[in-house]
Amino acid sequence: MIAKNKLKRFASVFLASSLIVGALAGCGSKGEESGGSSSGGKDSNEIKIGMNLELSGSVASYGSSIATGADLAIKEINDAGGIDGKKIVPVKIDNKSDAAEATTAAIKLATKEKVVAQIGPAVSGATVATVQIANQQKMPVVSPSGTAPNITINEAGKLNEYAFRTCFIDPFQGQIAAHFALNELKAKKVAIYADNASDYAKGLASAFEKVIEDNGGKVVAKEAYVAKDTDFRSTLTRVKSAKPDFVFIPGYYEEVGLIVKQARELGIEVPLMGADGWDSPKLVDLAGAKALNNTYITNHYSSEDPDVKIQDFVKAFKTANSDKAPDAFNALGYDSVYWIKDAIERAGSTDSEAVKDALASTKNLTLITGNFSVDKDHNPVKTATVLEYKDGKQVFNSKVNP
Amino acid sequence: MEWVQQLVNGISLGSIYALIALGYTMVYGIIKLINFAHGDVFMIGAFIGFYAISGWGLGFFPALLIAMVACAIFGVLVERIAYKRLRNATRIAALITAIGVSLFIEYGMIFIRGAQPEAYPDVLSNKTFNFFGANISSQSLMILSVSVGLMLILQFIVHKTKIGKAMRAVSHDAEAAKLMGINVDNTISATFAIGSALAGAAGVIFGVYYTKIDPLMGVIPGVKAFVAAVLGGIGIIPGAMVGGMVLGVVETVVSAIGFSLWRDAAAFVILILILIFRPSGIFGKNTREKV
Repeated sequence: MIAKNKLKRFASVFLASSLIVGALAGCGSKGEESGGSSSGGKDSNEIKIGMNLELSGSVASYGSSIATGADLAIKEINDAGGIDGKKIVPVKIDNKSDAAEATTAAIKLATKEKVVAQIGPAVSGATVATVQIANQQKMPVVSPSGTAPNITINEAGKLNEYAFRTCFIDPFQGQIAAHFALNELKAKKVAIYADNASDYAKGLASAFEKVIEDNGGKVVAKEAYVAKDTDFRSTLTRVKSAKPDFVFIPGYYEEVGLIVKQARELGIEVPLMGADGWDSPKLVDLAGAKALNNTYITNHYSSEDPDVKIQDFVKAFKTANSDKAPDAFNALGYDSVYWIKDAIERAGSTDSEAVKDALASTKNLTLITGNFSVDKDHNPVKTATVLEYKDGKQVFNSKVNP
Repeated sequence: MEWVQQLVNGISLGSIYALIALGYTMVYGIIKLINFAHGDVFMIGAFIGFYAISGWGLGFFPALLIAMVACAIFGVLVERIAYKRLRNATRIAALITAIGVSLFIEYGMIFIRGAQPEAYPDVLSNKTFNFFGANISSQSLMILSVSVGLMLILQFIVHKTKIGKAMRAVSHDAEAAKLMGINVDNTISATFAIGSALAGAAGVIFGVYYTKIDPLMGVIPGVKAFVAAVLGGIGIIPGAMVGGMVLGVVETVVSAIGFSLWRDAAAFVILILILIFRPSGIFGKNTREKV
């Protein structure tokens, strides 16, 4: 019933919008005869990029951060003369942090606005909802921060041709952590202590384990906890007696904070590492600044990275946004625009199929959030940043290539 | 040496269960009500201690006292408002009311301050001693001694004071106690006050030891403490202490041999086994039903 309603709504929107587009096209051709105009067609002097973002609702902070980053990139590109002389015009639609709204917005962008590509949504659920529209309407969709694997690969294991993402997927951070442990920290015997109640943590743990074992490391202890636990001492005592020289703890900050604190109390002094699930000010409150020393996390980017390109971006961003340092979402939004720009230039046209192919064949593109290539599943293979906690502050440590 | 460490872990966990279990067992002993809201009194105690420490800058012991007093008052209020009028109702009605009160406190707390967790500030300086290869923190020693101290005070109150005598009399036979001139209502309120004060103390100790507190933190420890009370023999005060300790050590041992995900299951397997084979608990006497 719901599906039927959706179909009906979709059909009506589609019909209505094709009528409007038809009318517009009529105007456009008349306009062109009389010497050029600014209609939204693909042959004009503008390149329309849609932004289907969470500008209000429960995850509004993600969507607005992405929009701020993207705006800066668009402004920079337009000031430098645009793409092949054509200016980028952003078309922003607020999807209200809602998957159904995101679907409607995607239909509008594809059929009415006829954008070259869509940036967003920020979260995985809403992105998955727009991907079907993208495939039907042949509109490339680039999610800056949707990390779920099923955005680019559907349940049947088939590639969603028009779906892309700028961020790395979750298990990738497990690989990065493993490389960091082996190469930078020279760890030989590692322990894994993962949240057994989340797919995120389980994905990270298995990716980490695979890389460690393929590269001659040894997993000496593999333990699990369940979200909402508070007592980790008995399991940590067990971990300690296995004498690891590195402990990987994928999970979210609420439990990780307690694990780090209790581990240090029990005398586990080796490096501990996690991923972006640790990234919250609450972690420092829970674990305490001292216990967090000698712990590391992987993340998309750090505003303290000394790299010239990144520092230029940080400076430009601060100038445009009253001295606020850009966060990871700002950087991902910014990168999404530059990635689409690069694809349009390489495609040599704004034809959606050509842009899609160009996006899929991206190799070694230098962006803020890392040196960027796209694999056959449309997931980026790129540099990740490792941050270290020092006295409760995140400090840039290094960049790790997969 | 790993086992010494695990034993320390287990006893620390067990002493918190024991403190909560005491409140369950006392209330059950006196009015045959399983007070499911008891775990939430524990949560309230943790939050009062938290605000006392971080808001007013008090130390551990003043915060502990404030939390105990506030919880005692809170426990009596709950009893007077929700349970008193059900004294002659069926036991199932009282039980369902207890579940309702529990949910009311939990979600009332979320309504007032939101569901986000809070991190307990460090109030006890924490030194670590090495004892036969086990790391024992001064914090866990302090927690253990505070718990044992509170249990001793409780034993003193129950056995050596007038109110304790009244509590034992009411628990034995409320009708007869009334005829002997004991104010049954006040005695029941006193029982709630003492039980809730212990739960409040457990809340503060939990906060200091485990750092994270949130409005739903009382649910699992509350149920575990219930298991501990049944294990020791519900209604029997030394039984609750032993039950709590045994449960803490068993859970720790289950994790220590590598079944950390089965830890909660172990607690409930114990509950089922005890209900099948020895429903009156470790310390319970097999009393025959009087016809």
